[in-house]
Amino acid sequence: MVLWELFKTFFITGFVSFGGGYAMIPIIEKAVTEYGWISAERLTNMIAIAGMSPGPIAANSAILIGYSAAGISGAIVSAIGILLPSLILVITVAAFFVKLHHNPLVERMFYGLKPLVTSLIIFAAIKFALANNMINLGISFRSISYCLIFGLSLFALLKLRWNPVYVIILSGLLGVALYS
Amino acid sequence: MQVQWKLVFHIFWTFFKISPVTFGGGYAMIPFIIKEIVEKRKWLTNDDINDVIALSQTVPGAVAVNTATFIGYRIAGIRGALAAMIGVSLPTFLIVLTLGVSYYYIHDNPKLEAAFVSIRVTIVAIIVYAAIKIAKTAISDKTTYFIMAAGVPVLFFIHPVIAILFGAITGLIVVPLKRKLGYNIDLQKSKDEDPTINPDYFMGAGI
Repeated sequence: MVLWELFKTFFITGFVSFGGGYAMIPIIEKAVTEYGWISAERLTNMIAIAGMSPGPIAANSAILIGYSAAGISGAIVSAIGILLPSLILVITVAAFFVKLHHNPLVERMFYGLKPLVTSLIIFAAIKFALANNMINLGISFRSISYCLIFGLSLFALLKLRWNPVYVIILSGLLGVALYS
Repeated sequence: MQVQWKLVFHIFWTFFKISPVTFGGGYAMIPFIIKEIVEKRKWLTNDDINDVIALSQTVPGAVAVNTATFIGYRIAGIRGALAAMIGVSLPTFLIVLTLGVSYYYIHDNPKLEAAFVSIRVTIVAIIVYAAIKIAKTAISDKTTYFIMAAGVPVLFFIHPVIAILFGAITGLIVVPLKRKLGYNIDLQKSKDEDPTINPDYFMGAGI
């Protein structure tokens, strides 16, 4: 039953997976809460590991959540679930719509789709910040250090253009220094 | 028939080797694809690759997986598509699974727990960064800004899949409507967005 839930969730996710893995977090988060596979904190850790690994974030997250929920078979079923739509859609498009990206209907669709994908990603950030108790108005060592880590991470990504993988690793080292 | 299977295996092996470089987004793969597929094996031309990448962005799913599957299909049909998809996914599947299994055994370690306290904050920053990146290409006028701004509160109430469908339908309705009202909408992508010209721009995007 868990295997079927995993497959179903990631198969649906695969079909609407526009604009990169982070836009898919709200769908995954919803399913995780509904089926109770893992806790919100654990989910954030899984997304972090997915971001540190090579490969697509959405597929990596699917594999990690599948493994947490149902072991190796869960990981395999989730990976197939999220990859199958790509295979089906790519073969269909390659066979019938070679110039799909020049199609005016597709261009119109993306005009509305892309801003919504942006909302999905913003929503994912808010959800994660709330789920991990990061939005805290009190002044404490925790809240100040969180602000600092957030600011430094964003600076490294936006201004220094560091690879997200390095930012995650350095942040982990900072965490060991600050919180252990 | 023998030759055909040999080709299918070569496709699998080529993507198997490229796959682990897809750190920080599928676009990191493009220079390696051009080197292996175009220059070394001469399976496709540079123009083909440009078409394939444009299509891979249009179809839902990860750019790395879509690109590999498209190329596999172009070279050897459905068998080629399957070989390329498995080839590009298998190494990262094994790496991620190894990390997941390791995490499972050592997640109680206080040092690792401390590391993840900080990493969880960084993940929120990375998601914000991903939003800023995509907003640069997605928000081109007041209408798209409005869709984005309205989308966030709406997502607290409706399922994200429904919201995605709404977004697509809105685009289909709004674009002809705005044109009828005399607004000029530029749907063409700028040169800056072409990952083959400016791969750095896509760092961290479409992951």
